Parts: sequence; C-alpha cells; structure tokens
Amino acid sequence: VTGAADRLPRLLALVPYLRTHPGAELAEVAAVFGVDARQLNDDLNLLWVCGLPGGGPGDLIDFAFEGDTVSVVEAQTLDRPLRLTADEALALRVAARALADVPGLAERDALESAQAKLAFAGGALPDSTAAAPPIQVALEPEAEALATVREALDERRRLDLRYLVPSRDEVTERTVDPMRLVSVEGRWYLEGWCHVAEAVRLFRLDRMVDASLGAAAGELPSEAVPRDLAEGLFRPRAEDLTVVLELEPAARWVADYYPVEQAIELGSADGEAGPGALRVELRTPDPAWVVRLALRLGGHGRVVAPPSVKAAVRERASAALAALGD
Amino acid sequence: MSRKKLERQLNLAICLMATTRHLSVDEIADLVDGYTRDGTPDGETAFRRMFERDKADLRELGIPVETGGVTGWDDEIGYRIERSDYALPDLHLTAAEAAALGLAARLWSSAALAEPSASAMRKLRAAGIDPLPPPSGLEPRVEATEAAFEPCLAAVREGRELGFGYRRPGQAKAASRRVHPWGVVSWRGRWYLVGHDLDRGQSRVFRLSRMDAGVRSTGPSGAVTVPPGINLRAAVEESEPGEPAVEAVVRLRPGSALALRHGAVPGPEPDTIVLTDRDLGRIADRVVEYGADAAPVDSPELAAELRRRLLGALAAHDSASDEASAP
Repeated sequence: VTGAADRLPRLLALVPYLRTHPGAELAEVAAVFGVDARQLNDDLNLLWVCGLPGGGPGDLIDFAFEGDTVSVVEAQTLDRPLRLTADEALALRVAARALADVPGLAERDALESAQAKLAFAGGALPDSTAAAPPIQVALEPEAEALATVREALDERRRLDLRYLVPSRDEVTERTVDPMRLVSVEGRWYLEGWCHVAEAVRLFRLDRMVDASLGAAAGELPSEAVPRDLAEGLFRPRAEDLTVVLELEPAARWVADYYPVEQAIELGSADGEAGPGALRVELRTPDPAWVVRLALRLGGHGRVVAPPSVKAAVRERASAALAALGD
Repeated sequence: MSRKKLERQLNLAICLMATTRHLSVDEIADLVDGYTRDGTPDGETAFRRMFERDKADLRELGIPVETGGVTGWDDEIGYRIERSDYALPDLHLTAAEAAALGLAARLWSSAALAEPSASAMRKLRAAGIDPLPPPSGLEPRVEATEAAFEPCLAAVREGRELGFGYRRPGQAKAASRRVHPWGVVSWRGRWYLVGHDLDRGQSRVFRLSRMDAGVRSTGPSGAVTVPPGINLRAAVEESEPGEPAVEAVVRLRPGSALALRHGAVPGPEPDTIVLTDRDLGRIADRVVEYGADAAPVDSPELAAELRRRLLGALAAHDSASDEASAP
C-alpha cells in the first residue's frame, strides 16, 4: 500500500474520507489507509498545496487540525471517492458471490444483494458488470455441521462434538468452546478451546460426525489465542517424525496435498526411482498415517526412511493380503 | 512517483473536474500548476509527452478523462472529467450489506485480489459507508499460493494467450501448452484455469499447481473470446472424477474404518457399507489404506484391485534396502 503507484488513489480517497468523517483521529485515518503517521502527514501536506487553477487562498484543498484530529474545510472537487476500478469491483463481487453460496451463513441474503448493488459501482467498464466474472470460488462445505457451529459462535455456547480422527481410526468425544470459524485451503475449520486437550485445537467440519449445542461457554482461558494461519495449517513440532518418501509420477500428487519440507527431483540415475520421481521429506506426529498413505500409493510411492515405518508398511500389506486369501 | 508529479496530476484532475467545458491543451498548460512551456520546440515536445503520460496515468486509475471539441475551434480536441462519471454513485447499501462486504473483502489472501478489495473498501468508507466489524469468529480465507496464479489471472483479465509447461498426473515430463484462457476457478481449495487448448483444439482444465515456473502471456490483449454462457465451475467439476458409475460392498472389522463409514451408505449386513465411485480402482484407492480391516464382499474384481496395490506396496518396501537407506 505504501508503493508509489498506490499513492495517487490513496490521496484521491483521503479527501472524501475526511469529508465524511469530520474530526477523525489521525491514528485511525492512518490505520484505515494502511499507512503510518508520518506517511499520512506527508499525504496531507501534499494535498494542502493542490487545488484549483490559480492556487490562491480558497482555491486549494484545506484541512483543519484540532488536537489529534483532522477535518477537511475545502475539498475542492474531491468531495466524492472515485468509482471502483474493474479490478476492485471484481475482487469484491467474486468474494461476495463465493460467500453467498455457502449454506448456513447468516449473511447470505446481505451478501447476495450487496453483490448485485456493486454491479453499479464499477463505472463504465463493461467487464466489471459482466454476468459471469472470470474468477469463481467454490467455498461450500460438504459439512452439515456449519449451521450448528455458527449458532454456537453467535450464542457463545459450548459444542459437544463427536470427532473423527482418521489417522487413528477413532471417533473421539470433545467439548469445545468455539473461538472462530475459518476456511483455509477450501476447507472449513472450527478453532476452539478443547476441554479434553486443554489447548486450542482446529476441527475440520467435515470430520464432525455429530455436533450439538451444549451449555453456555465459559470465559476462554488466557492461553486461548487464535493461531496465525497465514503460514498454513500444519505446524511441525520438534517431536514430530521426519519421513522420507520417493514418489513416482503417479504419486506426485502427495506433494500437492500435504505440506512437504523438501522436494528434490530425481533423475533416472538416482536409486530405484524411475524418471520424473520426486523425493520429499515430510514431518508428522503420526506414523500410522504414513503407513496408510503408503498402502494407498500401491508401490508408486515408497517410504525411504525411517525403517520402522517401512517395516510397518510391509506388515500391514502382508496382513491385508492374508485377509484377501493370499 | 515524485512529489512534483503527484501534485501536478492532482491539479490536473481537479482542474478537469472543475471545468464545465472541454479545455484545450493550451488552456491546460496555462491553468494547471506544474506544466511549464518555454516556447522552444524541445520544450513543447517535453510538455506534450508529460501531458500525454499524465492523462494515461489518470485513465489507468479509472478516472474518466473524456475528449471533446473545444468551443469555437473546429479541429481542436479538448479534455474534461464529468464529475458524475468520476464519483462513486450512491450504492444505497444497508448496514447488513456493508457488513457483508466487509466480510467479503477479507476473503483474499493473495495480493492480486486482496489489494483491489482493500482499496475498494477504502473508497466505500470514503463515501461514508463504514462496515461494522465482521461478525465475530467468522474468517473465511481463500489462498492462492500457486506461483501461476497471478500470471493466469492477469492473462484472463487482459484476454491474452497463455503459454506454460504442464505436467499431467503420472507423467514424467512437463509438456508445453498454448491456451486461450477463459477464467480461473477455485474449487475444493485448488485453483484451476479453464480455457481453449490451441494445440488440441478443445476446451481444457488445468490445475495451476501443475504448471511450471514459465507461465507467460503472449500476443495482444483482447485476443481471447470467451464463449457466451460458459460455466467455468461446471467445467472444472466435470474435469475431475465423474459421476459414480460402480458400487461395491465392503465388510469392515467392527469399530474400525470410521472415516470410510462416515457418510457412506450402510450395506446389507451390519458392518458392511456400499461404496460408489467412477470405477473400481478409485474404490480400491479409498479402501486399501484400511488393510485387513476392510475386505470386499462378493467382488473378485475389487479384490484384484486391492491385491495389486498391496503387492506393489510390499515390493516397494522390501527389507533388502533398509540397510542402505538407514543413515
């Protein structure tokens, strides 16, 4: 936002913003425009010397400062913000459309109608009002639990969950004080204080076998801080197991789906892997999950290390073959 | 952008909005602070170039600088900005709609969409529409971590041909593709490009994560014609595994394979389920990880698929290489 190319649009929006927010606190204005106090001061000083031809008093943009607040006295022609650009209208409309399609969101109607009204905000550029935008986002969960989770958040109620843990092949009972509902990488998660783990946990909505509203949620403990998800959902821990996998082309999707720490393209000269193979390292708290994955890959991917996981793959494959009558 | 240039462009925009008639270039040069002409041919060329660039910069921001005849002069082109074309119209948003847009604006985490969303919200706030803080606890986000995202989005917006290397699943090498892009779609957390594959002469769907680093636009803007009525999302859904065509009954060890049971149709007997998918191979892919806990009922074909995978896994994990790969 501080790039030079963004400065003129910011200056053009600043004047009408101060007109609609007379007596605005300087710190708040800076926050709205995503700049620091010094940059805001510089912006106001620049605007102050601009205005109508002639440049005499009364021709220029003028502000009044009082304490830490600012108002605009003379906006000259800049009393209204510029129309949305095609990109701006598109980014908002596509986002609103995507959310409006999510069942169970209380905001659906408002998103739908706001999306329609935005069609008029984008000026004369034809593609900003096109019926089918060139970007589409499907956010709908396959989960039935969304509405219940949303209700628990709104009413500050506890949630009683029966929650599937596929890697351990278990359904666990959890009592959770909800903190927020997030969608990350196309999936919806509840983040909350888990009374079983006594820690903040993320729960995938499509793994909730059952979700029901419980008692009123208590005060969240001070450790209940939302995780920063910008770096992705998976956060390896020191005690996690490092697993090395070799993936033939038919198994390379693994590197797309799971967070891998290293990926090295292997040539035909490298060990047993054929051309187009990839060697990846991933970290997991759960070796059983890797064993399941190795069976699923059916020989197109193999565990190189650790040997204990390799041995577990052999054992489980042999047992399954025996069960098939071999 | 230098301070002088910013001041000059602001003054130009204000001047063109304040006028009710088209102003000639000479008038603009006289009126707008920041333009200087020294009367020499070189000075005139420099002024002209500066004015043309300023005009282009304003238009680039979406400011409608219109041209028209200058009163009293037949062949002279003049300029002005109609204020009603410039200004964001009153959108008559309700408080709930403003809050909904505040929520929507936070959806994007990729700069290519997050920045226009943020600047759009600043314009709405400048118009006096202050969205309430989004409802507590609701934080949908759409990532676009694929390196190909921004070049694909740009090519779609500009209607330009795209070239890239593409590695299909199971293929060792990337093959180069030339595509007329129609749109990008995020589906189940992944981004796809839908377009017309010029070499294959057919519409195709490409997953952005399978494109190589060399995604580039070629050719002129506006070269792509998007077929009217194209349903981008349906194109992506159809490109992924199709309608369930086969079914198989699987017996599960009591208390096991809980994820497989979740959402599956119960089978004819206790601890059996009916799985449906496009083909038996895909059913085997879902079942095999449960090992001895899941076995096909009356389906030698599914048993054969499972056996093939298990034998493959067994061969790939033979104990002979343990020594060599241990550190």
